[in-house]
Amino acid sequence: MTGLLSVRDLRVGFGQNPKANEVVKGVSFDLGPGETLGIVGESGSGKSVSALSINRLVDFGGGRITHGSIQLTRSDGTVLDVAKADEKTLLGIRGRDVGMIFQEPMTSLNPVHTVGAQIEEAFRLSKGLTGAQAHKATLDVLGRVRIPDAQSRLGYYPHQLSGGMRQRIMIAMALAASPRVLIADEPTTALDVTVQAQIMALLAELREETGMAMIFITHDIGLVAGIADRIMVMQNGVAVEQGETDGVLDNPQHDYTRHLLRAVPHFTSGKAVRDDGRRAEQQEPIVKVDNLVVRFPVGKAWFKPKGAIHAVDGVSFDLVPGETLAIVGESGCGKSTTARALLGLNSKTRGEIVTEAGRSVRPVQMVFQDPFASLNPRLNVEALLAEPAIANGQRRDDALRERMTFLLDRVGLPQDALTRYPHQFSGGQRQRLCIARALMLNPDVVVLDEAVSALDVSVQAKVLELLVDLQQEFGLAYLFISHDMAVVERIAHRIAVMFAGQIVELGEARAVLSDPQHSYTKRLIAAVPAIERRKQRFAVDMTQVPSLVRPPGFEPSPAQWREAGDDHRVRVEDTP
Amino acid sequence: MGKMMSSLFRHPSGRIGLVIIGLYLLAAILGTLGLTPHDPLKLFAIDRLKAPSQTYWFGTDLLGRDAFSRLMVGIRQSMLIAFASVAIATIAGTIIGLLSAWWGGIWDGIFMRVMDVLLAFPAILLALLIIAIVGPGTMTSVAAIAIVYTPIFARVVRGPALSLKQRDFVDAARTFGSSQGYVLTRHLLLNLVAPLVVQVTLALAWALLTEAGLSFLGLGTQPPTPSLGLMLAESRNLMTHAPWLMIFPAVTIMLGILGFNLTGDALRDILDPRTQRREA
Repeated sequence: MTGLLSVRDLRVGFGQNPKANEVVKGVSFDLGPGETLGIVGESGSGKSVSALSINRLVDFGGGRITHGSIQLTRSDGTVLDVAKADEKTLLGIRGRDVGMIFQEPMTSLNPVHTVGAQIEEAFRLSKGLTGAQAHKATLDVLGRVRIPDAQSRLGYYPHQLSGGMRQRIMIAMALAASPRVLIADEPTTALDVTVQAQIMALLAELREETGMAMIFITHDIGLVAGIADRIMVMQNGVAVEQGETDGVLDNPQHDYTRHLLRAVPHFTSGKAVRDDGRRAEQQEPIVKVDNLVVRFPVGKAWFKPKGAIHAVDGVSFDLVPGETLAIVGESGCGKSTTARALLGLNSKTRGEIVTEAGRSVRPVQMVFQDPFASLNPRLNVEALLAEPAIANGQRRDDALRERMTFLLDRVGLPQDALTRYPHQFSGGQRQRLCIARALMLNPDVVVLDEAVSALDVSVQAKVLELLVDLQQEFGLAYLFISHDMAVVERIAHRIAVMFAGQIVELGEARAVLSDPQHSYTKRLIAAVPAIERRKQRFAVDMTQVPSLVRPPGFEPSPAQWREAGDDHRVRVEDTP
Repeated sequence: MGKMMSSLFRHPSGRIGLVIIGLYLLAAILGTLGLTPHDPLKLFAIDRLKAPSQTYWFGTDLLGRDAFSRLMVGIRQSMLIAFASVAIATIAGTIIGLLSAWWGGIWDGIFMRVMDVLLAFPAILLALLIIAIVGPGTMTSVAAIAIVYTPIFARVVRGPALSLKQRDFVDAARTFGSSQGYVLTRHLLLNLVAPLVVQVTLALAWALLTEAGLSFLGLGTQPPTPSLGLMLAESRNLMTHAPWLMIFPAVTIMLGILGFNLTGDALRDILDPRTQRREA
């Protein structure tokens, strides 16, 4: 056998009786040197548990390997069964043979030590390097993960670095021990798309340089398409399909793989945009936002003028009935602040938001990102749904009850849901509940702030479908805030691209996605992982988002726009 | 509520605590109704300092009063003061904590600094100060103990209320224009019930102790009304001659505190989401 790692019939259970409570039910796979295996599955499929069994970190989460073997070929050529190894042997395996990077780079770095000290520690523990040697090795590895100006970054604390930088530090720490296998557990899920593309490109390059094998865990099948040699699809603890990447993607054998490939919105550069609901020539907008500015003061000095975070800077757009305007951009670009200002949740510094008097007293309603946080856990569904109506002077009578059951039925929830509590529903059902609640007042506009981002892909597809149906039935206008270009492509009629608090491109969805004009839009679209584009290679791009903290009195220069076509406007970029 | 009681009864220390509290409440009720073996105020002049016997279960004191009957009325007195003062402290503290979290800014600063000042004094010392100003008596004891424990409730409420205020469901309520009162009661207060219930139980134990301390110093309940602290104080000089006069009230105070503390610990276990089993 030539493989580096060979897992046979692995079973892992949790709790008091691990045999009865299995999460991984008989998984087998092989990994050769330099090979990359992508493990794909939805939450709860057992993909992380399978991977964490390889370095037995699963033990610390309360898991027990109940059956099977994990044969790992160590650097000295001996073969070890990790499943039966004792804790002392495992300490030698972790890091040195099997490295790991985690999902959340903020919580996996120690906030009270500088990143330099943390990387040096990795070198000390794995290779016994100390002092100047460790320092030199640290500088070296920071160069390898493409961190510019490495010497000064050594003294930084984790909170002083961006998410992408932190994930690079994590990768540097994993590389410090020169592992033969690197397990990456959703390493880019918490990051923005363009940063994700940077990290993926970096991992691909590092794999070429070091020849290490990689196990890449993700829920996004489009993401592994570009990096994995082989893909294993998991569902409910079972590997339902595994094989060469091209084979699995182009010719999926198992129903679940096909379902997953269908459910995942594939980004197709504007080919899949909606055809309905085109904007009529002279339609009156229901919402008109003109030159919206939102600033948050920073700094606590008493008698000094304060600077401000320019979260939203001169944003203008309008929304006509029955239309979806998507605002896309990365975290911190001001898209959520814009949405919240529309509902009066943030006060605006300047500008105007004009809402036509619509069907109800509160024509704009909102659905939030996290369906677990946006429903009060102590109230039952009846109380939750009744709240908007009661707040606006309706009484709890039969008519209200009828409206509630009608909407519950409409969003696909059973009638008996009324007496239940939020914790008795799944994430997707809760989000349906939130949608029903937002519709209680019969609004004209619904603001969807990353409303499907927290959901699993197959649930996400169904909720998107529901949203489109509801839009057609009730003539709703949507303001759809998202960072996910593939989802936006499915639902948007028009798209506004935001960057650093400003709209840089605004227009008809197909035009913006297929023919992006602004350099940021181009970068954003190039960074979206897509199965069709898996053969393309990207260079590591180091562009950083500018700081939004401005000195007191700072005013940005007024925007210059140019027309890039019918209903497609682009902000003219300053030439440096 | 019924579910909470039954799970409390299934918890080992909760069961012991509940039984003790139950017995105390029974004694307090009987004491209030006058169903004591003897009149607690009547002087049996020939039976002074009698050791516990079949007639006088816990013996008699220097004036020949039945210690058991006095203990029952004393428990009633202590429970009355403890419950009344904790009820006032809970209501006042919750309102102060909620409002300072909700209004924030300068109001938060003013409210919480006042609470900090109160919290800085040891409980007994602060109660002494209040009684020294107003004069001793049952009502003063209630007021003093209530003031001493209000800051604790304000703190217990303010912390979680601050984090609840940031939650999406409060934002959601604002988007459909729910009134402040609705948000404060349904969204904030309802989610604070668990920590409050635990705090109330623990505060009852402290209040019991503080009340006994005040009476012991002669600043709480005034004679001839019996109270646990007063009985301890009267027995102090007779420790060697009539130890039962000291032992029974002391054990009564101790058991009472134990009962509330055990119940409080059990409630904390039951209501803590981390130890709670998910009911699907």
